[in-house]
Amino acid sequence: MATLTLNNVKKSFGKTDVIHGVSIDVQDGEFIVIVGPSGCGKSTLLRMVAGLETITDGEVQIGGRRVNEEEPMARDIAMVFQNYALYPHMSVFDNMAYGLKIAKVPRSEIEERVAQAAKLLQLEPYLQRKPRELSGGQRQRVAMGRAIVRKPAVFLFDEPLSNLDAKLRVQMRLEIRALQRELGVTALYVTHDQVEAMTMADRMIVMNGGIADQIGKPLEVYANPATEFVAGFIGSPPTNFMTGALLGRSAETKIGVRPEHITISDADRLKARVTYCEALGAETLVHLMVADGSKITVRQDASLPLPEEGTEVGLTWADADEMNFDATGKRI
Amino acid sequence: MEKRVTFKGIWLPLLLVLPQILITAIFFFYPAGQAIWQSLFIPDPFGLSMQWVGLGNFEYLLSDRYYRASFVTTAVFSILVTVVSMGVALYLAILADRLIKGSGTYRTLLIWPYAVAPAVAGVLWLFMFNTRVGVVTWYLGLLGYDWNHVLNEGEAMGLVVVASAWGRISYNFLFFLAGLQAIPKSVIEAAAIDGAHFWTRFRTIVWPLLSPTTFFLLVVNIIYAFFETFGVIHTITSGGPQQATTILVYKVYSDGFVGQDLGSSAAQSVILLFIVSILTVVQFKFIERRVHY
Repeated sequence: MATLTLNNVKKSFGKTDVIHGVSIDVQDGEFIVIVGPSGCGKSTLLRMVAGLETITDGEVQIGGRRVNEEEPMARDIAMVFQNYALYPHMSVFDNMAYGLKIAKVPRSEIEERVAQAAKLLQLEPYLQRKPRELSGGQRQRVAMGRAIVRKPAVFLFDEPLSNLDAKLRVQMRLEIRALQRELGVTALYVTHDQVEAMTMADRMIVMNGGIADQIGKPLEVYANPATEFVAGFIGSPPTNFMTGALLGRSAETKIGVRPEHITISDADRLKARVTYCEALGAETLVHLMVADGSKITVRQDASLPLPEEGTEVGLTWADADEMNFDATGKRI
Repeated sequence: MEKRVTFKGIWLPLLLVLPQILITAIFFFYPAGQAIWQSLFIPDPFGLSMQWVGLGNFEYLLSDRYYRASFVTTAVFSILVTVVSMGVALYLAILADRLIKGSGTYRTLLIWPYAVAPAVAGVLWLFMFNTRVGVVTWYLGLLGYDWNHVLNEGEAMGLVVVASAWGRISYNFLFFLAGLQAIPKSVIEAAAIDGAHFWTRFRTIVWPLLSPTTFFLLVVNIIYAFFETFGVIHTITSGGPQQATTILVYKVYSDGFVGQDLGSSAAQSVILLFIVSILTVVQFKFIERRVHY
């Protein structure tokens, strides 16, 4: 258990800068999710904390101690990989015990700690099996178990759920969160799935092209995105963007409104043509097209009447729900 | 499932496999049969008549101390060639695997020796170590070491081992490199995070995961050392000095074609045939099983 500090951490591969300086102070026991599209540098950032990539500039501290030059094994971290990275020739027990054996922990203690982790993760019946004899979810758990038994200061997760099916993903994300709370370990979790970020994070870092666009609590980030990118990336369906010209304002600005904040009404700010309706049961997504060809999605309660496809309707929203961005994508 | 083409009737499929069967029959079954047949006779010096001796040739061979010595020589030679060529290849493969820049060039250069025929490789090494004009011999002389593989049995063995292993390193290197690159990088990284340093990682993760490759190469290299090193030995030492480098295959040649003892030579071929069958069975069993760790 420890704090984790990133101080203007940068990474370049040759002349290409992939991370342009990320800073964050992670509290002891906090669950931080790094979220962003592929290629935004989120995995690289995690691997720099792990010690698998060198740090070009800046500083990483774990428990107040600078670890830039330290080998991965000296950093007191554990990592769960996207493909689990289990040792294929070892049993589940040996997979979990590997790190402890190397650390020369006494045999009786190894058995005790592995048994504990196995119980926690419901892996007890599988301890003598090889990884190839396990299902995806079970392998995922073994990878977790391998991280837990070492009692590290920081957990690192590199897209651990992306190889699981949708249903299992929802279940595992609750389990990981519950486990992390129970153990009270600081965690850094990388994902490209904004739902995982929203549901799991104490705070999240939204990465875009090697820059941390915004760091904050999920609901704060959702309600108050700092950039056009964050507004578009967090939330599903994504925020609707309209040009200033469309609404008769400065052409420099862009106006974003979330789908649930727009209502279809006669007191209209904007005319739009209904192209398609998706009734999801509890809610309906109405897809529309406005005069300049850009698309708008409206999320409305299923109890509201469905607009007919092809008809023109009026759209309206409250001023407070508008988010204005300048030409560079920054929030005004 | 693999799609199989089924032929109606027997004549077309037979026709299609006929070339292969003909080649195998003429160049393998016929001479092999001849060898087995000849091994039961002793021909007279002019080759005009043959005398039936049953298993006499074999009895004589197995009680012949030179033949038994040749077994030991072959074992020593094969083990040394296999260990040297695989050891060096593995070392180079590990280095190449860690390389990011220029690994292509490195790989290409390392593969070249494979294109050199064994006899040519033998002559190459012979020139370097020639007792009178060899470059290496000359430098060794400067250092005060008198290299003479024509007289010294150990040096002769060393030289044929190095010359045989050299050409084989490329082949082994390719397989080891492919084997290393097939190990997921994240598994190695996980081990590093688990606290394993390079050597521990190699011992506990890389080596076990590489074992299918290693086993395959072991069999292939032993077969190579047994049967394909004739050219090297013939050009460098001709089996000498004092039969110190006469491996079984070379003895078949020297007893049969130099010593004109065709009956014994044929019997030796049969024994070799037996050994190679065992090795082939081992190899096929292994390949069929496709070892999973």
